[in-house]
Amino acid sequence: MTSFSLRRDPGPDGCLVEVKNLYKSFGATPALVDASLSVRGGEVLAVMGPSGSGKSTLLHCMAGIFTPDKGEVWFDGQRLDQLSDTGRTQLRRSAFGFVFQFGQLVPELTVSDNIALPLLLNRVSRKAAYARAEAWLARLGLDGLGERRTGELSGGQAQRVALARALVGQPKVLFADEPTGSLDTLTGEMVMELMTAVTREEGSTVVLVTHDARVAAYADREVMVRDGRVIDRSGAQVEVGR
Amino acid sequence: MYTLSVYFECMLARVTVVPLTLLGLLEREPSHGYELKRDYDNYFGGGRQLPFGQVYSTLSRLARDGKVSGGDTEPGAGPARKRYAITELGASEVDEWLREPADPEPYLQSVLFTKVVLALMLDRPADSYLAAQRASHLNRMRELTEIKRTTSSLMDALQADHALFHLEADLRWIDVTSARLEALAEMVHAR
Ligand SMILES: Nc1ncnc2c1ncn2[C@@H]1O[C@H](COP(=O)(O)OP(=O)(O)O)[C@@H](O)[C@H]1O
Ligand SMILES: [Mg+2]
Repeated sequence: MTSFSLRRDPGPDGCLVEVKNLYKSFGATPALVDASLSVRGGEVLAVMGPSGSGKSTLLHCMAGIFTPDKGEVWFDGQRLDQLSDTGRTQLRRSAFGFVFQFGQLVPELTVSDNIALPLLLNRVSRKAAYARAEAWLARLGLDGLGERRTGELSGGQAQRVALARALVGQPKVLFADEPTGSLDTLTGEMVMELMTAVTREEGSTVVLVTHDARVAAYADREVMVRDGRVIDRSGAQVEVGR
Repeated sequence: MYTLSVYFECMLARVTVVPLTLLGLLEREPSHGYELKRDYDNYFGGGRQLPFGQVYSTLSRLARDGKVSGGDTEPGAGPARKRYAITELGASEVDEWLREPADPEPYLQSVLFTKVVLALMLDRPADSYLAAQRASHLNRMRELTEIKRTTSSLMDALQADHALFHLEADLRWIDVTSARLEALAEMVHAR
């Protein structure tokens, strides 16, 4: 399977990612209980909710990192939860980008190495990979920092590098889990500003998990997760067609 | 300028909320003016008492507008002995007010609190009202964020920020209240 076989237009309803009636438990703890959600191609969707409500678990299921106990995960017209482990890993590398709250950069490597890494894993040539990394540095206001080790960066710089690394492979979907969670207000805003600006330019879809309403206000739309269920803006549980 | 307009909005909120709140209280059952005042002070006064004069002037305006009927005068008595009942017009006004999210402006807390308690008293779906209010707040926050992103004026950006922080505070209150609706409903019904 190549990444290109997966590049299909979203279905007629415009849905790029869809989860239907997901259940996921960790031991006796139910994390998702009949959770359903559709994400349209190109939209920035905020997933809000109190801590422990199941937001991260939902994101991990949507991105094929976790397999749900029950329910369906669709991406671009395909059942993600029915792919083999290798198939899912390949799909994640080619079609998804990730930004988390902490600890996603390799501290011993330089900023440029970190950004080029996903391309190198996808067998892009060294030269092309580093050229693209360089272009992303400029785009995110990180000029001149390419040779720094990521352990030496400020929190805001590190999140911008993480953003560059997530987007360098031109993913269809960016999954961001509390990307501003460890930043102060102004730095967090700058990261959100950049994230929404560049993903709109790239036409990427964004699933943004945050408990912070000021961060969610950068999104086009929001849903709430409460006790493992997805709640829409009217307070009703989200249902999707089977 | 901005602060001043917020101040007037607060005043306006109090002026429009009192009649609607009295109407809501009347929707439970027909009541005398002093009963309405007692319940208003108890649930919504927040330490401040509603003057009797305001109760009766509000009720007579509501009667004039056909939102309450003020029949049942007991013989030989002033306004205090009148029993008021809500009319269909009054009831539909309460319903509409509870259902419609309030305009998301800063300093709304007392209006939101009043709506939630009344909704619970009247067995309305307070949770979906709060969800609608939440959505309305987030829409406004999105607009303000867009202003911040696009404006070249630092002053506009800082004013938008001020509103954003206050709306965020409202939203936190909305979330905490949503999570505690059952307990609040019990208190309201236990009166
Ligand atoms: N790897 C795990 N092992 C055990 N329990 C987990 C694990 N991940 C999440 N949980 C539990 O599942 C529930 C949902 O967690 P999570 O999805 O992380 O919530 P959120 O991201 O909204 O804070 C919580 O009760 C949490 O403790
Ligand atoms: Mg989480």
